Amino acid sequence: MSLAPEPVLSARDVSIEYEVDPPVRAVRGASLTLHRGEILGLAGESGCGKTTLAYGLNRLLKAPALMTGGEVVFHDVSGRDVDVVGLDGEALRTYRWDKVSMVFQGSMNSLNPVMSVRRQLHDVFSTHRPGMRRGEREARSSELVQLVGVDPSRLSSFPHELSGGMRQRVMIAMALALDPQVMIMDEPTTALDVVVQRGIIREIMRLRERLGFAVIFITHDLPLLIEISDRIAIMLEGEIVEQGTAHDIYRTPQHPYTRRLLSSFPSLRGERGDFVRRGTTAQGGAA
Amino acid sequence: MSGSASSDACLEARHLVKDFRLRSGVKARTLHAVKEVSFTLEPGRTVALVGESGSGKSTIARMMAKLEAPTSGDVLLDGVPSATRGGALARYRRDVQMVFQDPFGSLNPFHTILHHLERPIRIHHPGLSSREVGHRAHELLERVQLTPSSRFAERRPHELSGGQRQRVAIARALAPGARFIVADEPVSMLDVSIRLGVLNLLADLQRQEHLGVLYITHDLATARHFSDEILVMYRGEIVERGPSDRVILDPRHEYTRTLLEAAADPDRLGLLRDEVRNGG
Repeated sequence: MSLAPEPVLSARDVSIEYEVDPPVRAVRGASLTLHRGEILGLAGESGCGKTTLAYGLNRLLKAPALMTGGEVVFHDVSGRDVDVVGLDGEALRTYRWDKVSMVFQGSMNSLNPVMSVRRQLHDVFSTHRPGMRRGEREARSSELVQLVGVDPSRLSSFPHELSGGMRQRVMIAMALALDPQVMIMDEPTTALDVVVQRGIIREIMRLRERLGFAVIFITHDLPLLIEISDRIAIMLEGEIVEQGTAHDIYRTPQHPYTRRLLSSFPSLRGERGDFVRRGTTAQGGAA
Repeated sequence: MSGSASSDACLEARHLVKDFRLRSGVKARTLHAVKEVSFTLEPGRTVALVGESGSGKSTIARMMAKLEAPTSGDVLLDGVPSATRGGALARYRRDVQMVFQDPFGSLNPFHTILHHLERPIRIHHPGLSSREVGHRAHELLERVQLTPSSRFAERRPHELSGGQRQRVAIARALAPGARFIVADEPVSMLDVSIRLGVLNLLADLQRQEHLGVLYITHDLATARHFSDEILVMYRGEIVERGPSDRVILDPRHEYTRTLLEAAADPDRLGLLRDEVRNGG
């Protein structure tokens, strides 16, 4: 591979608690390193803390969630290291979306229903690039939607006039708007149909090749992660129990939970899983 | 029981058509949700209906469960056109039951688990005494592996996990003594690690009770392993049908290939990355 393993975002011993009664330790001592240009898959079941960890990396935690320990460092392309936990005010604002953007779970429903796609895209620029002129904003917006495979004429549309897949593409365009170095995608395609999902995944992979951003891809769909990620981290009850290349996770899983998760997905073309039809007891026996 | 010969026991959909009238303002147009769909469910066999959202799968499920009346075409039980109302419809419902996708929405939060199982038994078998009804309900809980049944009987739905709730929904479907089950995405709302358990349970019950199952899903892998036959639906039509292994391993129709292409397959790890890198 041509990618030098240079880190772009590293988290060490991150712990996040929900300060309710009794406190919920949602993330416990999680350490992650994301390298420039790679896709890191974060897999786990509902409630394992994967979304909470992602929010922590982007400093999006809201009370009662609180990061109780650990450090998150962003290694800027300029060579400057940014301590994410210590950011506030203007510095935090430029870090978010500019350096690290996020595509949220079910984000196709998070577009503002009473604003056209154009206004929402322009909004990003008028906030983060105040010097930009109207013409430039317009040119960049149509470039962006084209990048994700949406016709620029749809810029005038309102969200309800777009299909789910198109809305998700618009969200990805928005996340790409400021050329971030890292994109965190939290279940970006779960609500979509498989064929549409495939198209969007392919688009993400293609854009990554072109623009070189790194991706943290969060989902419970392990087969999909194995197919597209460079490395995978498996999360269980707030802890990262195993981390490795997609190949190693698939071929030689170490942790029992990883094995269990893998065996939860029957194989499409292989024989694994055919016990469902044959009966658990008579595995491979009389049908 | 109606006493029909078991050799020709089957649930058949014959040329089912469903049109919906859509209105927007004064204009109206017709959406052909299901077009001329025919298939047969036999005891002891599972037929999977796969396709994307909007392909008409759920409309078929609702027509089979008599929750929706077909625009034209028939649903035949044991070769006899099924009733649309009255006592005959009640008897049809005793034989054909449905398991819904959402176990959080399909159980009444106000009632205990026991009530959910006793009520269909009472309705469909009015002759039974209270003790017999209670006994059957507990037996059903044991059969869906909610054991010991006494621990679950008096609980309410919110006290159970999604997987447990879906087991209750399956028990409820079996309660009237159903011979055919229509399962509409029965595991898609459950956590991945418990999906196979619920499917295995359904498969075990099917073997024990000799049930005919219509398994509706968008997940090709479980469709293949769980069913004997697969029907692929696209825009209201069945575009391909055949034995499950044949449909998955040797798809004939272009749309089936598209669906298979889109399904995640860990065996292809890295392929997509290499493909886009080389200008795909």
